[in-house]
Order: sequence, then C-alpha cells, then structure tokens
Amino acid sequence: MKYIEQYRNTEKQKEIIKEIHKYGKLINRNVNIMEVCGTHTMIIGKYGIRKLMPENINLISGPGCPVCVTPINYIDTAIELSKIKDVIIVTFGDMMKVPGSFSSLEKEKANHAEIFVVYSPIDALKIAQDNKDKKVIFLSVGFETTTPLIAQTLKISKEKNIKNFYILAGNKLIPPVMEFLLREKDTEIDGFICPGHVSVIIGLSNYISISERFNVPCVISGFEPFDILLSIYLILKSIKENDCKVINEYKRTVRENGNIKARKVMYEVFDVVDDEWRGIGLVKNSGLKPKDKFLDFDAEKKFKIINKNSKEKKECLCGEVLKGKKSPFDCPLFEKICNPENPYGPCMVSSEGTCSAYYKYERK
Amino acid sequence: MCLAIPMKVEKVEGDFAIVSIGNVKREVNISLLENVKKGDYVIVHAGFAIEKLDKKEAEKTLEIFKEIK
Amino acid sequence: MKENKIILSHGSGGKLMYSLIENIFLKNFKNDILEKLYDSGIIEFENFDLCFTTDSYTVDPIFFKGGDIGKLSICGTINDLAVTGAVPLFLSSGFIIEEGFEIENLEKIVKSMEEISRQAKVKIITGDTKVVERGKIDKIFINTSGVGIKDKRIKLGIEKIKEGDVVIINGEIAEHGLSVLISRDTFKIDADIKSDCAPLSELISEILKETDKIKFMRDPTRGGISATLNEIVKNRNFGIVIYEKKIPIKQDVKAICEILGFDPLNIANEGKVVVICDKKEGERVVKKMRKNKYGEKAEIIGEVVKKPEGKVLIETLTGSLRIVDMPIGEQFPRIC
Repeated sequence: MKYIEQYRNTEKQKEIIKEIHKYGKLINRNVNIMEVCGTHTMIIGKYGIRKLMPENINLISGPGCPVCVTPINYIDTAIELSKIKDVIIVTFGDMMKVPGSFSSLEKEKANHAEIFVVYSPIDALKIAQDNKDKKVIFLSVGFETTTPLIAQTLKISKEKNIKNFYILAGNKLIPPVMEFLLREKDTEIDGFICPGHVSVIIGLSNYISISERFNVPCVISGFEPFDILLSIYLILKSIKENDCKVINEYKRTVRENGNIKARKVMYEVFDVVDDEWRGIGLVKNSGLKPKDKFLDFDAEKKFKIINKNSKEKKECLCGEVLKGKKSPFDCPLFEKICNPENPYGPCMVSSEGTCSAYYKYERK
Repeated sequence: MCLAIPMKVEKVEGDFAIVSIGNVKREVNISLLENVKKGDYVIVHAGFAIEKLDKKEAEKTLEIFKEIK
Repeated sequence: MKENKIILSHGSGGKLMYSLIENIFLKNFKNDILEKLYDSGIIEFENFDLCFTTDSYTVDPIFFKGGDIGKLSICGTINDLAVTGAVPLFLSSGFIIEEGFEIENLEKIVKSMEEISRQAKVKIITGDTKVVERGKIDKIFINTSGVGIKDKRIKLGIEKIKEGDVVIINGEIAEHGLSVLISRDTFKIDADIKSDCAPLSELISEILKETDKIKFMRDPTRGGISATLNEIVKNRNFGIVIYEKKIPIKQDVKAICEILGFDPLNIANEGKVVVICDKKEGERVVKKMRKNKYGEKAEIIGEVVKKPEGKVLIETLTGSLRIVDMPIGEQFPRIC
C-alpha cells in the first residue's frame, strides 16, 4: 500500500518518541494538545500513542466526531422520518447505533423501517433513482471533508431532476468550534492537532487566524501514527521556541488554499448558520443548511417533523469531554454504566467518539 | 469525519475514475478535482476523490525526520 | 438501554450475542455439558467421547468467491467438531427453502456439499427439507448437525492454558467476511478476495498427532480473532498478547479494511483455527501446519500472559500495547 505503509516504520517512530520526551523535559510544565478529528482520536487509541507520551504531555480529544456532536433532536427526527410510509432512510454506517431519546436507527430497522447504509452520498442518490415510488432521505452529517460531496450530490440530483431525493442537513464547520473552545473559561488548550482531511478542503487560512489571535500552535496532521507523532513533536517545538504558528505536516495532501473547487460547490448549496452541537451547545456560524435554491431537497422543510420530547440524559460528562475539560476516565458512568453496548452519552455511541475510543483501546 | 486513503488512478472516464490500492479497485467521483490523470494518487473519501497526493511532498515527509536530528 | 427486540447485532458474534446466550439460552437450558460452551457438546463414554454440534447458515449472497452456503454449512460443522478434538464422521442437513428458489441453484449447493464432505471424509446420513412462502425467508437457510469421535487421551480445555503458552493461527485472516461483503457489491469494490472456507479436520488431526501439548482450539468465525481470543480469556486468571507484525494477512485484505474502516481482527474466517499450545511445542505445531494446504501461512501470533487478567492486548506496529476488545455487533463501514 503505497503512501500508507512507508509511514509505519517502527524504528523511525521510536526516534520521534525520544525527541518528544526530550521536549517534554525542556518545557517542564503540563501541555494539553487537542485533536479535533475522530480518525485522529481512533489512531491515537489504536496505536497506543497516549501511553507513549511523557507525563506532562496530555493528548485530549475535542469535538472531532460528527456523529457525536449531532444533536439528539436530529436523531429523533431521523427516527420519526423512518416511520413515514414510503420513506427510505439512507445513512453512513456510523449513525446506525446512535441512540436518540427513545430509540436508534438500528432498532427501527428491526421494527421494519427501511434503512440503508451507504459508503457514499452518490450511492444514496442511486437508491433514489432505483426507488422512484419512494421518498429517499439521506442523513447529511459531516464536517468540511464530507459536506462538499453531499453538495455535489445535490447538484447532480438537481441537474438530473430527481424529485424523490432529500437530505436532513446536520453538517458542521470545524474552525468555529475550535474558536469556541478557546474562548471557553477554564479550558486549557496549548496546541491543536488539526484535522487533515477537513484541511484538505479549507486550507490553512482559518487556522492562521486562530493561531494568531489566540497564540496557539496549530499543526495539520496526516493519519499515520508517524504523522501524529511528528505533529506532536512540531507543537512541542513551537511551544518551546514560543513561536506559535500554523505548520502543515500533511503537505502531501493539504494545499495552502485547500480545495477551492470543493469549497465553491459547498457554498453554492449551503448557507452558514448558527448551530447546536451535542454536549457543547449553540456555536455561532458553525452549521450549514441548504440555500433557498435547494430547499426542495430539505427534508426538514418537506416533512415538518417537530420533536418536543427530545431529551438528553443529564448525568453524563460528554459535554465536558467534548470540550476537552474532562477525560472519559473522569466520568463516573464510564465503563460502569456507559459502554459501547449500552451507550449513555454521545461520545460512547459512535466508534470514533472519544469515550468509545478510550473504552475500546485504553481502558485500564 | 475523515477516513480517507490514497489510491492510484488507473482510468479516467468523465466525472469518474477507477482507482486502485494493490489489486483492489473501485470507482470514485472526481468532479471535485481539476485535471486528474492516470497515474495520479488521489485521496478518496466516501466515494469522492477530494485531493491529489503530492508525490514529492509525500517523500519529503518521510525525509523530515532527518531534519529533526 | 435494555433491548426488547432482536437486532442484527445479536447474531454477529459480539457482546450482544453472548448476552443472548447467557441470559436466554444458558439460563433456560442449563446443564453440565452446555455450560462449558465449547464448539461441540462432549458426551463421555467408557472408551471414547462423542462430540455433537449444530449450526445454521444464512449468507447473502449464497454464492461468493471461494465458496457458497453449502460448502460453508459443511466446513463450519466439521470445524466445530474438529476444534474440540473429535474426528468428524456423520452429518445431517436441513434445508429451509423459499418458494421460487431455482432448483438449478439448489443442486449447485448440494453438489458443493457433497464434494467437500467427500474431501473431508464425512457422510451426510440424514436430512430434512421445508419450503416456505415467498418472502418468509431469504432464498435458502441450511442447518447441519454433526457427530464425531474423540480419543479419550486428547484433553483440551481453557482451564489447561498457562502463562507462557503460545497462540498460533493457521493462516491469513479476515478473508471470508470480506469476500462475502464484496460479493454483495454494496461498496462497488473490485478485488480478488476468496473466502478461506475450508474443512480443517485433517490439519487438526495432524497437529494433535504431532504433540499432546495442545491446550485449546477454536475457529475464529463471526467476530473474528478478537471474539475468539476474548472468549478464551473471559473470567480467567490470564490474558493474551498478540503481535500485530506477526499476524498473517493479505495486502489486499488490509487495503479493503483501510477503505471501509474495518478492523481485520473483527472479521469472520471460515477456514482458520486458533491453537493455544505449550511454548516448547509451538514451533513444531507451526511446522506441521505449514505442510498442510490449509496451514501454509501458519504463524505464532501471540502468547498467554499473567497480567492483565481477562484481557486481550495487541502490540502495535508503533511498539505500544492496546486492548483488543470483543466486537460489539455488526460492523458498519466507517467513513469517519
């Protein structure tokens, strides 16, 4: 596997780990480094990277999992939609197990709801074309990486004049939430490992603005353990040299200006709105809803589902975990009451949620 | 939401391309990129190519390590 | 959240399935033989042990690269007998068929059952057929039961496993699950991955003849290696560490797992056996396996450790240790 396995050389990694320890000593205070990408969270867990860090270097996980930050109200709406006659729900696999207030899509499937899992939004459109007598609703979640693909799919759908394809929009933007977290009281974030594939689309400019205003190093990282280790090293070096800036570790894929064409498609279809993040709350300018031109595709407008009874379970610490203020280990429910079989809060439900990754790979 | 991996372009047909990793092949949509050619490596996410991989930079990343020391 | 309906994950070899077994089946059927939860029930006679097992098969699609539902139904039952140390002898076959099913396809399936039974030297000596209305089942379900005889001198059991024992696998993992998935064409992936579906009775009898130091065996089917190893350590005073770099796996299998976000350790095998064996005899067992066509890529992939108790760990390519958890249920492709 070219451009994957070259980055998995154990010896090189050991050398970087040594350097990280050297800088850990030189800095000699607690450093919190936050990643805001579910796949980074998974890799840190899967390759046991947290355990390789010096004691004063904490890797904390931010709201990097789109499934986890999707509000419970959205899940409840999706479930209600799945109960409508002649509706097919199409979704990424990640959403299947997420519990709403009373049920999950996986359980509704057992109740004879028509729910299909796809790998690509294009496949969802194909399902609409193959089932002209049904209304096909795609659960449109995801960050900047995924949203342009959905936007493109809507454009194709409009061009082909497909009348039975809808989306339930829950797409979100990463830089506004990073800024939100930096403004939170008592969060201490000393550096960001920035999401590689979100950055493929948005480029460097958003991070430059954040880094300058908040004096925090931002390193855009790839997805091999080598990339993560290298990014941690680069953050520590920036802190030591008191030279906080944006570094692109993932240059092999991320261009300075991002993917302009993809961004253009995204903003042709979606408007930026204030949006609710599960566990975090309302974040200014952090969400996306279809523009007027594309309202015919908006399932929310078309089916007018109103959920008055959506309710979160109060006891869990997911909100604090998503903000990086607490580790899953701090939560009294973690492992005991809340586990992947019986998820209590949003961070346990999706496979790349912070609590789920900690449970899967790091529980003691 | 960003599971994406580099795959090699084998054939381009309009908005679509056949990409491969080893002997594994699949069709991806390339309409979000300009000028995709056979032999390019593209980053594939959820059925779309979202960027071309820069081969020179890919090699360089492997070299960065040497600069650390 | 307490489940009140069966969901697909209840059948996929993960934690939910074990809760079903414990809370419904074991609770109601409780007896000393079933309680052991071995792959076949062992009935002790004076001069030999009789092993008895059953399994039902449903797979979509019914024909896939490397096999079909018929071959699967024979191999699965043979392997369940073989891993308990028995020589499989006689099988039954029960068919539940959907109205409208092509007779040509039925014959194809039956022929493939005959071929693999002959190769594995077992006889199908009784059977049953039911046809149900269209739409009541998906095409065809097969149940096979089997009996085999076990030499009393062969003593296998999880309780025999000790710190320092080695963990062996007879070849490359995760091929059956991926082959079936790709044959379904949902993910538009084109790759030549064949199911590893194979009868392992011969290979197992060869290694049992080679040494009496084999402690325990199990075939890592649904839930993959992760499920099998977790079943072994559950509630025991030992753990297991496996080494990522030692686990045999095809490049293409790895690649598909990268694309879909699967962990190959969680994916089903149908021609693999996990063997726990005394360290001193480990290499010998591997050598013997490699002489059999179903064991050419055999490797020692891990060892039994004292701590942590009841857990499975993997030493990753970065050199760190992490938990290998029991898979929870159905694997969905991740895009996150």
